[in-house]
Amino acid sequence: MISNKDHENTIVCRCEDITLKEIRDLIKEGFKTVDEIKRISRCGMGPCQGRTCRQIVMGEIARTTGKDVSELRLSTFRAPTKNIKIGILAEAAEG
Amino acid sequence: MKKSGEVVIIGGGISGLSTAYNLARLGCKDVVLLEKESLYSGATGRCGAGVRQQFGLEINCRLAKGACEILENLNELLDYERDIELKQGGYLWLLTTDEEVKLYKKNVQLQNNLGIESRLITVEEALEIVPYLNPEGIKACTFHQKDGHVNPFQVSQAYAEAAKRLGVEINTFTEVTDIKVKNNHIVEVITDKGKIATNKVLNAAGAFAKHIGEMAGVKLPLKPERHQILATEPVEPLLGPMVISTDLACLQEPQGSFIMSYSDPDEPEGVNISSSWRFMEEMAKRVCTVLPILSNIKVVRQWAGNYTMTPDAAPILGSLPGVEGFYFAAGFSGHGFMLGPMTGVLMAEHILGKETTISIDKLDIGRFERGELMREPAVS
Ligand SMILES: Cc1cc2nc3c(=O)[nH]c(=O)nc-3n(C[C@H](O)[C@H](O)[C@H](O)COP(=O)(O)OP(=O)(O)OC[C@H]3O[C@@H](n4cnc5c(N)ncnc54)[C@H](O)[C@@H]3O)c2cc1C
Ligand code: FES
Repeated sequence: MISNKDHENTIVCRCEDITLKEIRDLIKEGFKTVDEIKRISRCGMGPCQGRTCRQIVMGEIARTTGKDVSELRLSTFRAPTKNIKIGILAEAAEG
Repeated sequence: MKKSGEVVIIGGGISGLSTAYNLARLGCKDVVLLEKESLYSGATGRCGAGVRQQFGLEINCRLAKGACEILENLNELLDYERDIELKQGGYLWLLTTDEEVKLYKKNVQLQNNLGIESRLITVEEALEIVPYLNPEGIKACTFHQKDGHVNPFQVSQAYAEAAKRLGVEINTFTEVTDIKVKNNHIVEVITDKGKIATNKVLNAAGAFAKHIGEMAGVKLPLKPERHQILATEPVEPLLGPMVISTDLACLQEPQGSFIMSYSDPDEPEGVNISSSWRFMEEMAKRVCTVLPILSNIKVVRQWAGNYTMTPDAAPILGSLPGVEGFYFAAGFSGHGFMLGPMTGVLMAEHILGKETTISIDKLDIGRFERGELMREPAVS
């Protein structure tokens, strides 16, 4: 958890270029679940699919709502976990 | 949560949100919207958000044209701080059989008569619009520049914020569990968070609209059906319009990701949001045939949502004479998002007993009994 105000320009989501301040502002505005934050800001929709940023967002939600991270509604995890080229998938389909 | 409301809306997708806003805009501010999850978590937040006016049924053309004109001005209309990200790169419809060409020629005629500037074009012209298109097997195309794509989250959020500002109460994570009807009149909505006394309920529950209908003793001819979709990593701009055919639909978002989907005729009826590996492979195969350049781009995300089908692929908008105060806006198959801005205008007018901007008489539920089906021919 990052609590120092000086860290507000820290990039939380590298894939979509979103700062800690932006995440905190969204939570203040009323977006209080990982999914809601993801839909409105794209945080977690990048090529890494939130592997880097999800934990930080959850920590921030937990801190503001006073809940434990384990009580939060988890974002639905979306396959595939690996980035696969369309051409390779197509070849597999041809069998 | 309020204990009573002039109108209670069930469903926080585009249909419910845009109706809530329009009710308040027309002066009816005592509106309560109920959503069992977070806002736009149903089909609205899972859709491709393609926007088109190229339909084959007059009523759909009119609804879509009206909705698109609202979207063109939505940021200002709703005083939205963010941006709905409307991109009017067109829809390029690929026609692969002589029958299709004949039918779409007729559709273009109809569209042109209604002021929609679509046109039938040759494969050469199509290649000028999409240089990476594989022309093999394509006989002709139709194109309409004002079709395109919009960000479904931003559009829905814009409506939610504007509705709230006008006094609408929005309750998320609140599930409707029953509806009480007395002497053929709606009297109360029961939720897991309490009861709301009301005489007017709008059923905008998407894939669950049939279930909500049953709560009020009404049978709606609706079938939920899973549709799968995937997104790629963002890449440089390669594709202007949405490319669409009976085999697939594929577009590139302004931020660079490709979004694609196809309809599986073997998909069984039922609410289902799980993803299959088979879809991903089949989707990849289909898109590589039409746009081979995509073969080097990586898939990063795959998900699914539900279409809600009616027997004639046209929505059900209106009310039911038998249960006073029960309204519905459901059964939008694959185009309820793009119609949403208009759905809201019409449903709000209808609920308030006003004459609707576009007549919805023919979209009533009675058409199935009367045998007056609509049959939209331009579905992908
Ligand atoms: C993969 C996919 C791609 C699509 N692509 C497009 C496209 O390109 N263009 C287009 O226009 N359309 C598209 N669609 C269709 C479009 O998503 C829908 O027609 C549209 O979003 C329907 O909106 P809605 O508000 O009527 O329903 P929904 O968005 O489903 O909203 C209904 C809401 O009701 C809530 N609800 C249900 N039961 C209850 C209850 N008991 N209590 C409280 N709340 C309840 C649900 O949680 C849900 O949020 C697509 C759909 C899918 C699945
Ligand atoms: S860092 Fe947020 S999606 Fe990759």
